[in-house]
Amino acid sequence: MTAARRLVMLLALPAALFALWWIASAGSTSFYSPPLRTILAAFGPTWSSRLTSDVLPSLARLVIGYAGAVILGVGLGVPLGARPRLRAVAEPSLELLRAIPPPLLVPPFMLLFGIGTPMKLLVIISGAIWPILLNTIEGVRAVDEVLADTCRCYGITGARRLRVLVLRAASPQIVTGMRQALSIAIILMVISEMFASSSGLGFAIVDFQRGFAIPEMWSGIIVLGLLGFALSLVFRVFEARALGWYHGLRRPQRGGA
Amino acid sequence: MRRRSGPPGPPSRAARALLGALGLAGVAAVFEAIPRAGIVSPDYLPPFSTMIAALGREAGAAPFWRALLDTIEGWALGLAIAVVLGSVLGVAIGSVRGLRAATASTIEFLRPIPSVALIPVAVLLYGAQLRSTLLLVVYAAFWPILLQVIHGVADVDPVARDTALSYRFTPWAKIRYLLLPTGLPYILTGLRLSAAVALILAVTAELVIGTPGLGKEIAVAMASSAVPAMYALILVVGLFGVAVNLGVRALERRVLSWHTSVRLEAAR
Repeated sequence: MTAARRLVMLLALPAALFALWWIASAGSTSFYSPPLRTILAAFGPTWSSRLTSDVLPSLARLVIGYAGAVILGVGLGVPLGARPRLRAVAEPSLELLRAIPPPLLVPPFMLLFGIGTPMKLLVIISGAIWPILLNTIEGVRAVDEVLADTCRCYGITGARRLRVLVLRAASPQIVTGMRQALSIAIILMVISEMFASSSGLGFAIVDFQRGFAIPEMWSGIIVLGLLGFALSLVFRVFEARALGWYHGLRRPQRGGA
Repeated sequence: MRRRSGPPGPPSRAARALLGALGLAGVAAVFEAIPRAGIVSPDYLPPFSTMIAALGREAGAAPFWRALLDTIEGWALGLAIAVVLGSVLGVAIGSVRGLRAATASTIEFLRPIPSVALIPVAVLLYGAQLRSTLLLVVYAAFWPILLQVIHGVADVDPVARDTALSYRFTPWAKIRYLLLPTGLPYILTGLRLSAAVALILAVTAELVIGTPGLGKEIAVAMASSAVPAMYALILVVGLFGVAVNLGVRALERRVLSWHTSVRLEAAR
């Protein structure tokens, strides 16, 4: 496929859907689904003023919470993956804790930590940690035995062993977990702000809905969609850099292409 | 694994069960001890035994069971709709090459949109009704199924495909002997992911929008300062989540008993 044709393929359906929405809603008199033109007209004025008051605080919480989940998930996952006995002790408890839907933790966390930023960060961490933790455990478990033996022969131990063997070998799995955790973190960021908050994207959208500012509400939903899409693009760039060695290794194994 | 010194190898099945039970008991003990030692006020985090007592009281009353059934209804119905929609669209998109290329960018754009963004829309359109829950559950549970089915259909062995073509398989035979054996493991993986996501969204909708179910009961318990009951209800949702996970895994083992991945695991 040539580049031009690929571009057409890439853009044709989104453009068609966008046009469909535009045309179908153009004559809309429904209060709840205003014309797309109205929504887009509300987009600029609404979000230019709320960029610093809502979007940036939300993003900051998302980044800090996500980073906390990555650090905790990998930090706990490495010992759990390396020690079968420890894993046997922890596994059923982790299964139970993991099965509790993270949004349900908002009410108890509000009781315990108030309604400020710490509560929101903890909600994000408590939900986003699971895919990272479980994938790290699996990745560390599956470290190649020949490589492990080689490390032992060469007397590579401690922090060096962690860096060159354990984390490196588990990194494809860890990155998979991080990708899943990212979308969970966005969801929890929004939910934690919907409850008790005075700033943030989730707060803004609920605020618009309660005030029946319908075009603004729809524009907020579009912002969330764009945010999710942009973050998944950023993550893809990160993954290509961090796991370039791995994809390069797998390509010949999968038979060319 | 080191063989001569250091930590012993993986514990046996019985030892694992025992260690796991010990771990659960340890967690329960920690939750009993923290409020009793006064680290956190018992008003905010009641001791574990108090939570269990509250659970017993809840289980003796009819509203609890109605809420549980409401939650299960929203979860199961939403999941079923998502599975049917995802499978049908997935097979259609996966088997036509041009369609796959044309939809890829749209799917990539729509999938990361957090399903909670739809909460205000659901509130405005349907209010605190089952349909609000269904909108969120179906949207969230649809994507894992769709993506897995597309991958599954694309994974059909080219030789098998050509063979089916040469022997002029009927469309039904193609589905039965070509698509299903290749796609089933993918569909079940999608189902496992979707079942967990669907539960999260079902209780979230109940909690935030106030559609009937366990999530709403949790919000009510919190608003009326019935803290032990709130924790008890959260525990119930967690146990239901465990049951869902175990159930889907058991289904996977049954349905895929012929598949190499399951046979390998059984041989271990």
